[in-house]
Amino acid sequence: MMQETQQSQRDPLLKVQNLVVEYAVGGKTVHAVSDVSLQVARGETLGLVGESGCGKSTLGCAVLQLSQAVSGRVLFDGHDLTAMHGDTLRRMRQRVQLIFQDPIASLNPRRRIGEIIAEPLVISGVKDPKKRQKLVCEVLSAVGLDPSLVIGRLPHEFSGGQCQRICIARALVLNPEFIICDEPVSALDVSIRAQILNLLEDMKARFGLTLLFIAHDLAVVKAVSDRVAVMYLGRLCEVGPSEQLFAHPAHPYTALLIEAIPVPDPDVRPAESVPVGEPPSPIAPPSGCRFRTRCPRADQRCIDEVPELRPVAPDQYVACHHPLIAAG
Amino acid sequence: MTEPALLSVKNVSVDLPTPRGNLRAVDQIDLNIGAGRTLGIVGESGCGKTMLSRAILQLLPKKAKLSGRVMFDGQDLVRLDPERLRKLRGRSLAVVFQDPMTSLNPVLTIGTQLIETLQEHLELDSVAAKWRSVELLGAVGIPAPQQRLMQYPHQLSGGMRQRVAIAIALSCEPKLLIADEPTTALDVTIQAQILDLLAREQRRRHMAMILITHDLGVVAGRTDDVAVMYAGRVVERAPTPVLFKKMHMPYTEALLAAIPKIDAAPHAPLPAISGRPPDPTRPIQGCSFSPRCRYAAGRCYREKPLLAASESPDHQYACFHPIQVTAGVCA
Repeated sequence: MMQETQQSQRDPLLKVQNLVVEYAVGGKTVHAVSDVSLQVARGETLGLVGESGCGKSTLGCAVLQLSQAVSGRVLFDGHDLTAMHGDTLRRMRQRVQLIFQDPIASLNPRRRIGEIIAEPLVISGVKDPKKRQKLVCEVLSAVGLDPSLVIGRLPHEFSGGQCQRICIARALVLNPEFIICDEPVSALDVSIRAQILNLLEDMKARFGLTLLFIAHDLAVVKAVSDRVAVMYLGRLCEVGPSEQLFAHPAHPYTALLIEAIPVPDPDVRPAESVPVGEPPSPIAPPSGCRFRTRCPRADQRCIDEVPELRPVAPDQYVACHHPLIAAG
Repeated sequence: MTEPALLSVKNVSVDLPTPRGNLRAVDQIDLNIGAGRTLGIVGESGCGKTMLSRAILQLLPKKAKLSGRVMFDGQDLVRLDPERLRKLRGRSLAVVFQDPMTSLNPVLTIGTQLIETLQEHLELDSVAAKWRSVELLGAVGIPAPQQRLMQYPHQLSGGMRQRVAIAIALSCEPKLLIADEPTTALDVTIQAQILDLLAREQRRRHMAMILITHDLGVVAGRTDDVAVMYAGRVVERAPTPVLFKKMHMPYTEALLAAIPKIDAAPHAPLPAISGRPPDPTRPIQGCSFSPRCRYAAGRCYREKPLLAASESPDHQYACFHPIQVTAGVCA
């Protein structure tokens, strides 16, 4: 199967194999994630991009077993998370943390910052309050907040950017190996966004983290990722090293996404957008290639046959019958 | 601009009373926009860009205090009686908001909402109004417009809803369209389509447009002039190509630098702007950007720089230590 082909040589910390996640909504099935395989090497940042509703957040949640997979496996450091329950799973989750999009909504408005950040320590069994306090202070300083000014205050006293720093501190306090960042900067202003992206990069280097960075903004993803995976309507379209993927996109959808980014330069006249319509519903995804209804290259084969992920360049894989670059 | 301005905002300030004291959301703004021109207003959240658009439309919250003049097509909107204002809004002054779900009425069909606008302002009979609605929906790229008239907003996707909101805004051939973050709630591929649609309709109708956004990228290729706002004030204003080539205000420079670029190498650190925008209920003495500015020096902390022209009258900035200024012409 395809997941065997996209092994990078490095030691994978996370391996997702043929993952399928479906939801029942009003008697119908939402095909949120369909047969997705990918892996993240230790120390690497994998960017995961796609438009809203493409299943990128569901995939992130399914890694943590927060949404139940129909089939497929999630191997973290060799252990199959889909087969774990109760205490074993909870212990494993200490090594994998999550940062969400809306930093204000993900902090309990009635708890003080000190308690919020100490909570994961309480759950994981750090019984000594002094030790907890020390760890909380360390992690707050690491994310650039002054512990003495922050610990006793409530979330509403902070701006969005500061709340995201607090969320990052909470994710770091258990000293995890892997962090799933689900749109961590899309709710923030441009000037604050750069601060948080830089902070994530610093934390990654300092704590030796591996990241799965989920976002819809390709420029943001490129700024932090070693490799990028593009999702469309529950399926993986393309995976490749960031620079290669942006310079030579192989999937027409990747190319469309890159073209659609507004460039802050008046000399670059925006290309008149191709009227390619909107993504179909994941309740009734198109047969064959799911992008075919918006794809300028689609033909009969794309209707009949689901394209498999296959290599086109070193380390670059595409699921397309008519890729923009010839197979190498 | 050779022709007289279609809209001219003169010394407009907006004050909002809050429990923590007076909040000056818009601080003495002057702006002009000529017929058929596009003005981009750029700034981060809380900079007052939306309040400014509300001040132009006379749609401010009841408690807000507005001072200054808003001249539109020869009339001062601030002093216009409510009945005439209502006739003007929707007719020659239209608006598209950020969230199409909240700007459309969820319990009325698309058709009802479009036809109502047309009948109210253009006094069309119901058959003509319906016919025109179908035409308008087609023009904004909605497939099968006839069937869509019978649908409710929740049956459409976000992009389609925004197209409907644009169709309603364009329905009476407005002279000025204010688009307040029209694509922020949409996906990138849909964003490009909606921005193209706005640009196309604007050219076709020779309509003036104010495009309000936080994204310098959105403004770059699609506006004639740009005004950059910070803490309630316009801090730099210039024709778009000039602004991007030769910006004078350190905030503009920092804002542009902080955007991740698609052609930058992965893991390159971003030049972030330290700190955050000031609390608008606690005004800063001197330049409001000074606490975050790397060029700030003595005078910046004491005195507020005024918006003044540089070597060309089109290009104005409010800074004591402008960048890329050839001679020592700074005020």
